[in-house]
Amino acid sequence: MSRSVVSEIRRNHIYELLRKGRRMDGREPLDLREISVETGVIDTAEGSARVRYGETEVIAGLKMAIGTPFPDTPNKGVLTTSMELIPMAHPDFESGPPGGDAIELARVVDRGIRESGMVDVEKLCITPGEEVWMCFIDIYSINYDGNLFDAAALAVVAALKSAIVPASNHDKGEDFPLPVTCVPITATMAKIENTLIVDPTFDEEMVSSARLTVTSDGNGDVRAMQKGKSGAFTVEEVNYIVDVAREKGDEIRKIIG
Amino acid sequence: MDSDIVMVDDKGKRLDGRTADELRPMKIEAGVLSNADGSAYLEIGKNKVLAAVYGPRECHPRHLQNPTRAIVQCKYNMQSYSVGDRKRPGPDRRSVEISKIISEALEAVIQVELFPRASIDVYIEILQANAGTRCAGLTAASVALADAGIPMRDLVPSVAVGKANGHLLLDLNKEEDNYGEADLPLAIVPKTNEVVLLQMDGHMTREEFGTAMEMGVKACHEIYEMQKDALRRRYSTEADEQEVEE
Repeated sequence: MSRSVVSEIRRNHIYELLRKGRRMDGREPLDLREISVETGVIDTAEGSARVRYGETEVIAGLKMAIGTPFPDTPNKGVLTTSMELIPMAHPDFESGPPGGDAIELARVVDRGIRESGMVDVEKLCITPGEEVWMCFIDIYSINYDGNLFDAAALAVVAALKSAIVPASNHDKGEDFPLPVTCVPITATMAKIENTLIVDPTFDEEMVSSARLTVTSDGNGDVRAMQKGKSGAFTVEEVNYIVDVAREKGDEIRKIIG
Repeated sequence: MDSDIVMVDDKGKRLDGRTADELRPMKIEAGVLSNADGSAYLEIGKNKVLAAVYGPRECHPRHLQNPTRAIVQCKYNMQSYSVGDRKRPGPDRRSVEISKIISEALEAVIQVELFPRASIDVYIEILQANAGTRCAGLTAASVALADAGIPMRDLVPSVAVGKANGHLLLDLNKEEDNYGEADLPLAIVPKTNEVVLLQMDGHMTREEFGTAMEMGVKACHEIYEMQKDALRRRYSTEADEQEVEE
């Protein structure tokens, strides 16, 4: 049964509750759902994590191989991120090559990792201009109940933090932990009427007019942002969202240590 | 072939300590995904598999609709990090074939005539692979179908019997599979012992084939008990459990 249409009754219910500062699952606007993070869930991956935000569940895995660097960055390892919205995760997801949503998700997650310099790519150089480590980060949605951005980003961060570079398999010396410099955390807020909420569920996403995703690092600095959907935010709203995202970043950073 | 590798030692034990006709440790959990109509998570040895069922629902693409019965559309997918060297995402020839034979095995037990024009969609995702994923996927898929409440004649347990260094071994792991000389994946309908999936590649004598089939069928019945147990755990109420205790 397709659930991509939210009934008028449900939509109005969400609106009415939010006018009183409440949400369908009993949360307040700034409450996250229960978050769980398990790392090392896939033995065949160099690093992996399963993350749940309430009923939303994703798995991220890192595979590494040796390849040639890009000509303009001869002494840097290569990072690529892709996301699959597999049909298992939601009645509306279809198999086939990634569509716009999956590509946007992957690119927003990628930007958070890349722009924060989380992975020290210079330490992933083996021979400048010839051999570097390539990091393939793959994210699969397992169950979709809203806010894939934050769940996917957290899964990637947890997977990278726990990853081991398989150097001995490639005759490149001993295995070593993936060099990680910081822990960027992504938090998304959605706008419903004039209320801003964190960690939207599927129904909340469906009735929201806009969303803003903000990645911040451990110093509270903003490292990446992405606005989505056709609605608009005021400047005050944007500032407010950035502050909330930084606070939520600290809250979530404690979970993964 | 490296004949120095001892597949079965003089005590009858394999590389991982199992006997020739012993399954790897197995765990099945039904009803693990909230969006799917039915789902199951299965681990056997180092394999980790998720199965989800959506349907019966409207059949897409339309031209595949059958006016007299439902069709079963299975998609078997190996996730990119599930194997040693990263697998390129998306379907390849191997996964297309596996999807087809699993669909057919499931169609054999599902009462498809009850749902004209509908599609029953089964998604199998291999999270971690260590030989025997198609069988693990099918075993999980039939539990997911039962979890979805889809009328079926029986569950479909599945396992492979292999031959390595001259020994017939049940449920080869990856290490053993690397030295495999033959592979015989099969699935049965336990109530009737009908075979609904059967493949074989490699080299077995007629006698070995007979023995391998027997080993496989026997192991399928063991798996069947674990499938039923998973469904019981999912659906038993406290009252049921008290009744059992009494």
